[in-house]
Amino acid sequence: MMGKLTWSAIPFDQPIPLVAGAIVMVVILAVLVWIVLKGYLPYLWREWITSVDHKRIGVMYCVLALVMLIRGFTDAIMMRSQQALAYKSQGYLPPDHFNQIFSAHGTLMIFFVAMPFVIGLMNFAMPLQLGIRDVAFPTLNSVSLWLTATGALLINISLVVGEFSKTGWLAYPPLSEITYSPGVGVDYYLWSLQISGIGTLLSGVNLTTTVLKLHAPGMTYLRMPIFCWTTLASNLLIVAAFPILTATYAMLLLDRYLGFHFFTNTGGGNMMMFMNLIWAWGHPEVYILVLPAFGIYSEVVSTFSRKPLFGYRSMVLATMAICVISFMVWLHHFFTMGAGGDVNAVFGIASTIIAVPTGVKIFNWLFTMYGGRVSFSVPMMWSVAFMITFVVGGVTGVLLAVPPADFIVHNSLFLVAHFHNVIIGGVLFGVFAGYIYWFPKAFGFRLDERWGRIAFWLWVVGFYVAWMPGYVLGLEGMTRRLQHYVVPEWRPWLILAEFGTLMILGGIVAQIVQIFVSIRDREALRDVTGDPWNGRSLEWSTASPPPPFNFGVLPNITGEEPYWGIKQRAIESGQLRPEPEYEAIELPRNSPTGFICAFFATFAGFALIWHIWWLVILACFGAFCTFVVFAWRDRTEYLVPVEEVARLDRANRAARAAWLAANATGSSPQAAE
Amino acid sequence: MSGAVERVGAADPYRIGHGTGYQEHTVEHAERGLAAKRIIVGFGFWIFLLSDIVMFSAFFAAFAVLANRTAGGPTGRQLFDLTNVAIETACLLFSSFTCGIASIGARAHNPRMYYGGMAVTFVFGAIFLFLEMHEFAGLVAQGAGPERSAFLSAFFTVVGCHGLHVSLGLLWLLTMVAQVFAKGFRPDILRRVLCFSLFWHALDIIWVALFTIVYLMGAGA
Repeated sequence: MMGKLTWSAIPFDQPIPLVAGAIVMVVILAVLVWIVLKGYLPYLWREWITSVDHKRIGVMYCVLALVMLIRGFTDAIMMRSQQALAYKSQGYLPPDHFNQIFSAHGTLMIFFVAMPFVIGLMNFAMPLQLGIRDVAFPTLNSVSLWLTATGALLINISLVVGEFSKTGWLAYPPLSEITYSPGVGVDYYLWSLQISGIGTLLSGVNLTTTVLKLHAPGMTYLRMPIFCWTTLASNLLIVAAFPILTATYAMLLLDRYLGFHFFTNTGGGNMMMFMNLIWAWGHPEVYILVLPAFGIYSEVVSTFSRKPLFGYRSMVLATMAICVISFMVWLHHFFTMGAGGDVNAVFGIASTIIAVPTGVKIFNWLFTMYGGRVSFSVPMMWSVAFMITFVVGGVTGVLLAVPPADFIVHNSLFLVAHFHNVIIGGVLFGVFAGYIYWFPKAFGFRLDERWGRIAFWLWVVGFYVAWMPGYVLGLEGMTRRLQHYVVPEWRPWLILAEFGTLMILGGIVAQIVQIFVSIRDREALRDVTGDPWNGRSLEWSTASPPPPFNFGVLPNITGEEPYWGIKQRAIESGQLRPEPEYEAIELPRNSPTGFICAFFATFAGFALIWHIWWLVILACFGAFCTFVVFAWRDRTEYLVPVEEVARLDRANRAARAAWLAANATGSSPQAAE
Repeated sequence: MSGAVERVGAADPYRIGHGTGYQEHTVEHAERGLAAKRIIVGFGFWIFLLSDIVMFSAFFAAFAVLANRTAGGPTGRQLFDLTNVAIETACLLFSSFTCGIASIGARAHNPRMYYGGMAVTFVFGAIFLFLEMHEFAGLVAQGAGPERSAFLSAFFTVVGCHGLHVSLGLLWLLTMVAQVFAKGFRPDILRRVLCFSLFWHALDIIWVALFTIVYLMGAGA
């Protein structure tokens, strides 16, 4: 009846996961009780859970990412403490548990922190920048979000029911085959990533279609902000790479569930094929993450330097070049496989070539700052920190792209330091910049600047203290994923790294404090005009937070940086454009399809993990019925009446007119130079 | 916001990398509004189909790598019955033709043509599926199931994945018939019929590749 699931699946003998799981459950329960008692539940259901508005969905993606960041960081600090302690001793984490922790850390940070964060920001900002009302398929967008949440939920369930994978974040066979990993850990890993992978793929299809097909009138491709270009490149990569991941995991699942021989070491299986397939997805994946971050830096650097982006077209070209070349370098993840000198040379050269368009981007940002009036707001500080940190990470990457050098440091902490250097310094700094940059657009008030700076310094310094020792340790021969060690020379560096991790903990605490302080002081931090940073692209032309339809009338685009042009003409003429003719606007109706579908997907995934076949069938049938009910709807859209459109847009115009009047007399309260 | 009045682009007099159109008051394309819903839906579904084809290409790659890893078991030459495969191919291609008829019928709002086309498509799709399952059952019965060797694992996966798509397609087909029956030829339902026919034709494209790479080359090897 319950498949493999018995009471012994709950680790009563292991206090750490049990206590952690209990705390998480108490917190979730407390939040739920608070929501119900305060009567917020109908509001949450109506306005958020069933919402198909790209802005709401984007915000929910970011919330998911921030929550999972805390979970992934907990794993990180446990690993760093274990390695700081486990010199000639067992430390406090038994090997079995340590292996689960490093596997969960990588999986969570890539799939449930970095991915939802960039997808959330793309979802939020891209349609606003293109001057449109929503993405191409709004309900599908909600399905994507909730399937991603299902994946995250399944991984967290593994904390208390059963176990998680002990095979690293990519589950290399033959270790991940049923012979060597008979438990449910690898199944938790595979099914949660399969389900969230479908969500990501649907997002990719959705956002690609949006950028290619939906524009405000006159928004030609070469007038799109760079963030839209990087969104396009990133989503093209999702469409081209994620199906490979789905296929690869499907093969591993068939091996595990039905005794197939794809990657086994018997029956003619070929485990190196797994490495090739997984990295044919895996290398594009790092560009899926970092390209949107590059887009954010471009927006931020241009805005806070008060200049158009230097070399806009070369930036477009570099973005698309990275998009293509990223598919030609995957073998550098396993130079030591023994593919031969010629093959290694080809992939080594391709990997060094991809540094060229990235270098073009770095110079473009630097030249954008050159001669500009740079103001060091928190998003700009993250961007500058990125430029320095990412160059260090990039240079060590080029070093690893040279096969003979790679043979020396392969699978050492040098490699681990390299990819933390590019993913923290590239992706995470970028999403933090984007989070602070677009927060006032989403909520109508800015985040507290002082706590933002504290978080910034703790994070950046903490990162260097935590990860520069990694390079030293790698050169001293320390391999990755060691539960304990006996080499005395490593110990001081590992203790230093622990100290850096504690500083990052301080940074995260500062970020949490920042949220509370900002909400408390929201009236003082209010973004009245909708343009808190003197922005250049269209999202700053609408109110903060934007109305559900984004723009009262679709803007007519006549050049690059359309909002900057509109703003300058208004300043020159001393008045806003004449009031447009308002019309009623059709918007897609909210739908619980995504949430209900994910509800069934959660049960399907859990049942597949524990071999509860009747529940699998029931859940799949439920999901199918959900779609049929959705397809049977007669009213798919609702009409925002013209008076409502006019009221909201007039309020936005009034705020800007007030600013213009104040500015013309030279007494602007917001002339923050 | 800026306190000072700034001229457009004034801070970067060279405007490097911005083309000639930066902030000029041209109205080219400005008249063009958003693309029609039918175009957007079709385009989006094409992108999805491309991603599906990428997934198949991974299975094809695995098959190519494992084609000779028979682990002492039977080879494709010993197992494949090309007559059966030829009949399957004919069924699928013919069902694609009738699917085309059905989508013309839908666009013309001609119920008889639509239901007739869909019914024939369903019948031939089901025959295809029956023949494929029959082939699979025969292979398993003679001890050539997917656990026998890596070659057979890859064979069952790539062909079975196509078969799974056909099964889901048949389920979708029935749903579309029911939808038109219940709601008539509404624009949103016509868009779904368009997506369904794209899906069904894409299955043909994949089958042609399967037929060539797996069966013909496998039987000839």
